[in-house]
Amino acid sequence: MKILVCISVVPDTTTKITFTDNNTKFNTAGVQFIINPYDELALTRALEITEASSGTVTAINVGLADAEANIRKALAIGAHDAVRINANPTDAFFVAAEIAAYAKDKGFDLILTGRESIDYNGGLVCGLLAEMLGIPSVNVVTKIDVAGGEATLVRDIDGGKETVKVALPIVASAQKELTEPRIPNMRGIMAARTKPLAVVEPAANKVSSAFNAFELPAAKAGCKMIAAENAGELIELLHTEAKVI
Amino acid sequence: MSVLVFAESVDGKFKKSTLEAVSYAKETATLLGTKTIAVSIGNVAEADLKALGNNGAEAVYAINLDKFTPEAYSAAIAEVAKKENAQAVIISNTYSGKSVAPRVAVKLDAGIASGVVSLPNTSNGFVVRKGVFSGKAFADVAVTTAVKVIAITPNSYQINTYGGEAAVINHETQLGADAWKTQTVEVNRVTGKIPLTEAELVVSAGRGMKGPENWGMIEELASVLGAATACSKPVSDMHWRPHDEHVGQTGITIKPNLYIAIGISGAIQHLAGVSSSKVIVAVNKDPEAPFFKAADYGIVGDAFEVVPKLIEAAKKLKASTSN
Repeated sequence: MKILVCISVVPDTTTKITFTDNNTKFNTAGVQFIINPYDELALTRALEITEASSGTVTAINVGLADAEANIRKALAIGAHDAVRINANPTDAFFVAAEIAAYAKDKGFDLILTGRESIDYNGGLVCGLLAEMLGIPSVNVVTKIDVAGGEATLVRDIDGGKETVKVALPIVASAQKELTEPRIPNMRGIMAARTKPLAVVEPAANKVSSAFNAFELPAAKAGCKMIAAENAGELIELLHTEAKVI
Repeated sequence: MSVLVFAESVDGKFKKSTLEAVSYAKETATLLGTKTIAVSIGNVAEADLKALGNNGAEAVYAINLDKFTPEAYSAAIAEVAKKENAQAVIISNTYSGKSVAPRVAVKLDAGIASGVVSLPNTSNGFVVRKGVFSGKAFADVAVTTAVKVIAITPNSYQINTYGGEAAVINHETQLGADAWKTQTVEVNRVTGKIPLTEAELVVSAGRGMKGPENWGMIEELASVLGAATACSKPVSDMHWRPHDEHVGQTGITIKPNLYIAIGISGAIQHLAGVSSSKVIVAVNKDPEAPFFKAADYGIVGDAFEVVPKLIEAAKKLKASTSN
C-alpha cells in the first residue's frame, strides 16, 4: 500500500488576517504557520491504514523552503518520507498540476488531501488531481477503510451522508471526524531529522488565475442591546426592523 | 458562445441553490453578451425543466443518468460545454458541485474559482470575489484562461425571474466504464431538516448550553422559526452535536440572512465562519463576550431564561403572520 498525502501550510486558526502592499498581499509578519488541519487528519488516517496492514506514507507539499518546518512536522507525526515541489503555490490548479506531474508514474494506491485549505478555501485539489490522473475522486470523507484493493468511504452530501465503494487507486479528501490528529512525540521528532525530504523542481507551471486584491469584511455598525427580561422584543425587531423573519 | 450552468437536482427536484446559479449564469451571460444554457442531469419533470426559463435559461439539456458519480457528471457537463462553446461554466458550490466542478475545469483546461460570492467584473478581464481565510476576508480573483469554471457559494446570489420558458433538449451521452467505478452503497439523507449550508435562518448554540440534554429548546426555537441548527467547535468536539453542525474556520462557513448565536463567546475562529451573515444576534451572559462586537442585536442574559422567551415571542409572531 503506497499512500501520498498532500500537505498545505496555512496560517494558524487564531491569526488575525491583515494585508500589505495596498491590500494585494497577505501580511505574513508575525504569523505562525501550521499544517492545514484537514491535511493533518488525512495524514493521520494514512498512517493508521498502513499500520494496520503495511505500506508507506509519503507527504508532498508544493511550497518554498519556508514550508520545510511543517513538512518535518509531517515526518515527525509519522510520514515515511516527504517531497517538496519547489514553487510558490499560486492557486489550486497550479498545486494539483505539480502533484499530478510528480505522482503520475509512482504507483500510489491512495492519494489523500484535506477537504479544503483554511486559507484560500478552494476545496479543489482533490477533484483537480484525480481528473489529471484519470482516477476517481471522493470528496469530503469522514471514513476510509481499505481492503483487497478496494476502498469503502463515507462522504458528506448535502443534508446527509453517502457510503461508496471504489477500486483503488483514488483521490479522497479528508473531513473532520475522519480521525483524531496525532501529536508528534519526541522519538518522532528525532526520527524526522534524518527521514528523506526530496526537493523537486516544478514541472507543469500551470497559471490560470491570480489573486488581484484582498478586502476585510465591513465592520458592524454597532450592536443594539435588548434587556434579557424583554427578550421577546428581539423577535419583533427581527420581523419589523431587520425584516429577516 | 454561451454561459453554461449545471442545474443540480435532488430526487428529481431543482434546489434553491440551482435557481440562484441559473440567475447568476443569466447575469454573467448578459455581461458577456451571450446566451444562457442549462444542463440538468437526472430524472427531472419536463415542466420543471421548462421553468428554468423563468430564471434565465434559454435552453436546457436534459441528460438522464440514474446514478451520481463525479466522473460521470463532470464528463456530461464538459461534453455539453464543448458542444455549446461555453466561455464560462457556473456550478453551485454544494457538496455535489464541489466534487464535479474541478473535474470539469480540467476537462475544459479552464481556470477555476470556487466559493465565489459576486458576479464577475468584466471591465478588465474576468474577476470574481470569493471568500478566503474561512470568511475572515475576501479576495478578488482574476481567472485568466479562455474558459472559466465558477463555483458560487449558495445564498450569495438572489433568484431572479425573467418570465419565459426554456427549450428542452433531450441529450444522450455515451460514457465509458471509467465514469462508473464508484458505486453508491448507501445514502442517508436526513429528511425534514433544512441543510445548514442552504439555510436562510440559523439558530446556533455553544458551551453556554452546559450539556447536550439542553438542546431541546434550541431545536424548538429553530423549528418555530423554520431555521437550521448549528453549533460551535467545542460542542462538536465534545460530541454534544454532530460535526456537520459545526460552523467556524475548521467547520463550515455559512452566510444565512439571520444567525442567532446562543451561549457562544465568539472566538475569532467561530466568527470567521459566520461573519458574512446578514443579521447576527448574540445571546450571552457575559457582557464582554467578543460576539457582541460582531453582532447587530445582543441580549446579555442566561440562555435558559432568554430562549424560552424567544420561543414564546416567535410562536406569537408566527400565529399572527399566518392569519
